[in-house]
Amino acid sequence: MTGTAERLSPWLFTIAMFLIWEAVCRFAKIDPFILPAPSEIFAAMNQYWWPLAKNSFVTLWTTMAGFALAVGFGIVLGLVVGWSRTIYRGLYPVLIGFNSVPKVAVVPILVIWFGIGEIPAILTAFLISFFPIVVNVATGLSTIEPELEDVLRALGASKLDIMLKVGIPRTQPYLFGALKVAITLAFVGTVVSETIAANAGLGFLMVQAGSNFQMPLVFAGLLLLAAEGIVMYAVFAYVEVHFTKWAHRSSMSAAG
Amino acid sequence: MTAFVDIDDVTLVYKGATGDVHALDRLGFSLEKGDFAAVVGPSGCGKSSLMKLVTGLLPPDFGTIKIAGETVTGPVKMAGMAFQNPNMLPWRSVIDNVMLPLEIVQPHRSRFRAEKERYREQATRLLATVGLDGFADRYPWELSGGMQQRVSLCRALIHQPALLMLDEPFAALDAFTREELWCVLRDLWEEIRFTVILVTHDLREAVFLADYIHVISARPGRLVMTKTIDFPRPRSLDLLFDKDFADIVHELRAKIGEVRKS
Repeated sequence: MTGTAERLSPWLFTIAMFLIWEAVCRFAKIDPFILPAPSEIFAAMNQYWWPLAKNSFVTLWTTMAGFALAVGFGIVLGLVVGWSRTIYRGLYPVLIGFNSVPKVAVVPILVIWFGIGEIPAILTAFLISFFPIVVNVATGLSTIEPELEDVLRALGASKLDIMLKVGIPRTQPYLFGALKVAITLAFVGTVVSETIAANAGLGFLMVQAGSNFQMPLVFAGLLLLAAEGIVMYAVFAYVEVHFTKWAHRSSMSAAG
Repeated sequence: MTAFVDIDDVTLVYKGATGDVHALDRLGFSLEKGDFAAVVGPSGCGKSSLMKLVTGLLPPDFGTIKIAGETVTGPVKMAGMAFQNPNMLPWRSVIDNVMLPLEIVQPHRSRFRAEKERYREQATRLLATVGLDGFADRYPWELSGGMQQRVSLCRALIHQPALLMLDEPFAALDAFTREELWCVLRDLWEEIRFTVILVTHDLREAVFLADYIHVISARPGRLVMTKTIDFPRPRSLDLLFDKDFADIVHELRAKIGEVRKS
């Protein structure tokens, strides 16, 4: 019984949230311009399904493109940073500084460089999402048990051997954990860029709808964004469990 | 006849930001091939530093270490190591954990792909000798601590090292499992006759297993006593309740008590 309840609970909680939202809007007679009720939002979705679908797709592909760049770059940089303590110490302040810069501030620069369109969105998604990947990959490498390293080094293992046999496999759970965080951040990056300078995408659509006072459509855009985020998160959560069963069965700390 | 392992007048000082730590001071002892030596002493006597020195992971500041007549200048590549923590790779099955050294150390490394089957058999046989038949394809998390430590011993021995370095390998186990593993190690040693340096806090363990016991003082570690243990082999666990056994343990304990105070 608890198994079924647990499986259904995400759906039940989501439905309950919408019902409460609907009820509050109706009973408190909230102006739809302030907060539209879910029924109005779904009506708007139904009415504007084509522009919503088109722009959702743009947001999705630009996000995925930026995310793919972030994964590639993040893994490489993470391996480099995790490889040597000197590089780690040298690059860390730069990375943290870079990550502290609000990406909104970078978008105008990207627009000047690349013009209005998909490229600034892709790059913003990339810039905002690579940091957790770098940090996690580097952490995975730099926390190899020193004794295990001794065992291998005493056998004549090179640093590369240790990385290939131990470091990189052990980085996997860290990496997949980071991917879940990074994919949701990538959506944030894309939409930030789209709201500032774009001619397509959900962010763009929401700005347009807002300036036409179509609040239900703005919220429809928000809900679709949330949905895309949840779906992509779920994809990577599945990938994570699938590829790193061992890390979920044994906690690393219990073995270490 | 020259000794197989010759630790001669070795001094090690760790230079730290908060001052130097004098870990070992003019330490020296030697082992013949096939000897089982135990090193005991109060905690912080630099026993783990000794492990690193002998395997060539750290150079001594003074003195020399020779293995098989050659001065150790880098990783010795012929030593197996096992620690208190089994350090299994959780993504590898038991047998793949055991075979890890073969993927690293020459000449096995270059033969590994071509002769994987032969190596698998070798690893399976070794697992069987420590009582782990049928566990080859399990994963480390499915094994108890004692079983993981057996796997760790197999990993240390798979490349048939001439020298086995053990750093408190049984310290984290419960008393019964520990005694069981003493016997596992005893039997392995009787069978293969590798040279062993066992670093331990457990005096009974040292007396039960070793031919020679070297007592080291608190930091800086100096050799204060070497005790030859000549109970006939193979030794059985009953020996633990023998009067002579208890006397030796007492003697060693008294000595360690002395050097702890001084």
